Amino acid sequence: MIDQTMLQPPTLPTNYTVKQGHIKTSTGKTIRTEEMIINMGPQHPSTHGVLRLEIVVDGEIIVDCIPHIGYLHRCFEKHCEHMTNYQMVIPYADRMDYCSAMTNEWAFALAAERLLKIEVPERVEYIRVIMAELQRIASHLIAVGTYGIDSGAFTPFLYTFIDREKILDLFEMTCGARLLYNYIWIGGLSHDLPPKFIEQAKDFVEYFRPRLKMLNDLLSYNEIFVKRTANVGVLPKDVAINYAVSGPQLRGSGVNWDLRRDDPYSIYHKLEWEPQVGKGEMGTVGDCWDRHIVRMHEMEQCLNIIEQALAGLPEGNVKAAIPKRIRPEKDAEIYVRTESSRGELGFYIVSDGTASPFRVKARGPAFVNLSVLPEIAKGAMIADLVLIAGSIDIVLGEVDR
Amino acid sequence: MEIIQKLFANELIVSILLSLLPLVFIIAYALVVLYTEMKVAAHIQDRVAYMRTGWHGLLQPIADMLKLLQKEDIIPDKADKLLFRLAPIIAFVGTYAAYAVLPFSSIYIGSNINLGAFFLVAVGSLVVVGILMAGWASNNKWSLFGGVRSAAQMISYEIPTAIAIIIVVMITGSLNLQDVTKFQDGGIGNWVVFGGPSPWLQKLMLMPFTIITFFILFVSSIAEVNRTPFDLPEAESELVQGFNTEYSGMRFAMFYLSEYANLFTVSAVGIALFLGGWSSPFGTFMSGPVWGIFWFVAKAYIFVLVQIWVRWTLPRLRVDQLMYVSWKVLTPWLFVCLLSVGLILVL
Repeated sequence: MIDQTMLQPPTLPTNYTVKQGHIKTSTGKTIRTEEMIINMGPQHPSTHGVLRLEIVVDGEIIVDCIPHIGYLHRCFEKHCEHMTNYQMVIPYADRMDYCSAMTNEWAFALAAERLLKIEVPERVEYIRVIMAELQRIASHLIAVGTYGIDSGAFTPFLYTFIDREKILDLFEMTCGARLLYNYIWIGGLSHDLPPKFIEQAKDFVEYFRPRLKMLNDLLSYNEIFVKRTANVGVLPKDVAINYAVSGPQLRGSGVNWDLRRDDPYSIYHKLEWEPQVGKGEMGTVGDCWDRHIVRMHEMEQCLNIIEQALAGLPEGNVKAAIPKRIRPEKDAEIYVRTESSRGELGFYIVSDGTASPFRVKARGPAFVNLSVLPEIAKGAMIADLVLIAGSIDIVLGEVDR
Repeated sequence: MEIIQKLFANELIVSILLSLLPLVFIIAYALVVLYTEMKVAAHIQDRVAYMRTGWHGLLQPIADMLKLLQKEDIIPDKADKLLFRLAPIIAFVGTYAAYAVLPFSSIYIGSNINLGAFFLVAVGSLVVVGILMAGWASNNKWSLFGGVRSAAQMISYEIPTAIAIIIVVMITGSLNLQDVTKFQDGGIGNWVVFGGPSPWLQKLMLMPFTIITFFILFVSSIAEVNRTPFDLPEAESELVQGFNTEYSGMRFAMFYLSEYANLFTVSAVGIALFLGGWSSPFGTFMSGPVWGIFWFVAKAYIFVLVQIWVRWTLPRLRVDQLMYVSWKVLTPWLFVCLLSVGLILVL
C-alpha cells in the first residue's frame, strides 16, 4: 500500500489562518495587521521558468515559502522505458537540464557504458571533457547573468550572453546544434572535432579570461551587489549536507566536494585543477555572494581544464566498437554520478536484458538543491527571496523532468 | 510671451496656450529620451537596439507611442474602477504641474511665483498619491507592494531633496527659481555648485558643501523618479511590474509619460538650483532668451543621460537599504552641509 499522505505535494493547509496582529499608531489608534499569502509564479519573471512559490509574507518579510513544481513535467523517466534503444534516451537526457545538455548526455552515456562495460577510446574522453567544461562555462554564464537580472542589473546578462554565444558557436561547428546536442553517444561521439575546432577553442580560452575579470568588476564586486547578496540566504554547512545539496551551492557553503575529484570519472584525475569553495569573503560562509563567486571562480578552473585537455588531445577513433543493438545483461543495475554544472547528476539504470532500459531514475541536482529553498528563505525579504532562488540556479526542465 | 499675448487678445486663450506649451515639449522630449535611453542602454550592453524603423530606428519611439495608444484598455474585473482610472491622471498632473515653475528661459516661465522651489516639492508629492492609488486600485498584491514601496521611498527621499533646496535658497536668498537662476547668471564660475557669485574666500569655503549637496540632490532625484538603483516600486525581477502591472494601453502610457516628464523635472530642478539654469556657461557668450532655452534643455538632457547611464550599470538596492541610504547617509550629510553653509554665510 502506498501511503497517500506521501503523494500529497507540500502545500499550505486549506484552512491555514493568516496570523493577525495589531500595531499602535502615534495618534493612539490601533490598526489591524495581517499576513498575506502571495503566489510567486509560475509566470513571475524571476522564477527562472515555471517554478511557483507560495509565500506567506508579513509585510515584506517571508514567514513561509513553499515551492510547487511539476509545471514542466514531461515524463522523462517513463519515456526512457519505452525507447527501443539505449541510444534513443540521449536526446531526452538533453532536454532535462537544457542549459547544460552536454553534461546530461555524458552522465547517461557514462551510466550506460558502465552497465555494458564498454571502454571508450582516450580521444573520446578528452573531447568529452572539453565539451563538458565548455558547457559548464556556458551554464554558469547563464546563472551569473540571470543572477544579475535578479539583483536588478540588466547589463551583465547581455555580456554573459555574448560569451555564451561563442561557446554555442563552437558546439554548432562540432555537432550542428546549439542547445540540445545529442553529441555524446554511448561508446563515443556522434562526430569527431572539426578541423578548426582546437584553434578556435584556444582563441576562446584566451578571449574569455579577461572577460571574466570584467564580469567580476561589473557585477561581483559591485558595492550594491555585495550589499544585496552578502549575508543573505545563508546556507550553513550541516544544513547543506543534510539536504544533499551539491554542486556550486554546496561548495559555496564551504564544503570541498566535487565529484570530478572525489569520485573521478573520465580523465579528470589526470588534469590539474582545484574545486572552488566559498570562503565568506564578503559576509558569512554560504551566503548568496559565496555561491555566486564560486561559479565565477569555477569558470576560471574550467578554462584551465580545457587548456590542458586541448593540449593533451590524442589522435584516435571517436567511436568504440559496440554492438548495433545494445543489450545489457538481465537484472544488471547501475548508479553513476557525475558532476554536472549544477551538482551531482546521477542515473540509476535497471536492465531486464532487452534493448530498452527497464527503469531509469535520474537524480537531478537542481531538484535536490531546490528543496533547501524554504529552509533558507524564511525571515528574508521578498527581494532576498528572488536572489536566494536565483543563487540556487535551478533549471525547471530538470526539476520537473 | 508678449507675442502670444498680442496675437490673441483673449486672456483665457493665452493662458491655455501657454500652459499647453510644456505638454508639447514633454511629448517631444519624451520621444527623444525614449530613443536615447534605448540607444544608450543598447550601446552600454554591446548591442545596437532598433535599427529598422527609419534611419537607425529613429521612428521607433513614435511607433511605440502609436502602438500604446491603440492597445486595448483593460481594467481588471475586481479593480476599484474609479481609482484605477484616476490614478494615472493624478500621477501625470503632479508631474505636469511642476512645469509651471520651471524657468526655461529668462523670458519664459509658466508662472513666476515667489514660492517656486516650495511649489515643486509640494506638487512632486502628488505623484506618490497617484502611484499609491494605482497600486491599491489594481487589486493585485504585487501592485500593492509597488505602491506601498513607492510611497515609503518618495516620502523618505523628499526630505533630502527639500533640505538640498533649502541650502540653495540660503545661498541665493530666494525661493523663486527665476531669481535663483538670475543669481547664477554670468558664467560657469557663478553657479551655485561652485559656491555662487560670492567673494573668492567664501566661494572656496562653500564649494565642498555645495558639491556634496548637489551630489545628494542628484542621488535623491534618481530615487524620486524610481529609477535604478532605486527602482523598487517597479522592480521587475521582484514585483513583476510593480504598481503598473495591471495597466495597459493609454493608461500605461500616461504612467510612462509621467515617468519621463518627472525625469526631466528633477533634472531641471537640479540645474536650475545648482548649474545656472538657462544661463550660459561662458558668461555673455551665447546667452540670451533663445539660447537660454537651449542651455536649459541641453543641461537637463546631460543630467538625464547620466541617469540613464547609472540605470543600466547598477543593481538595485533592497527596501531597507534604500531607507538606510536616505535616513542615515544622505540626510545627516545634508544637515552637516546645511549647518556649515549657514555658518559660512553668517561669517
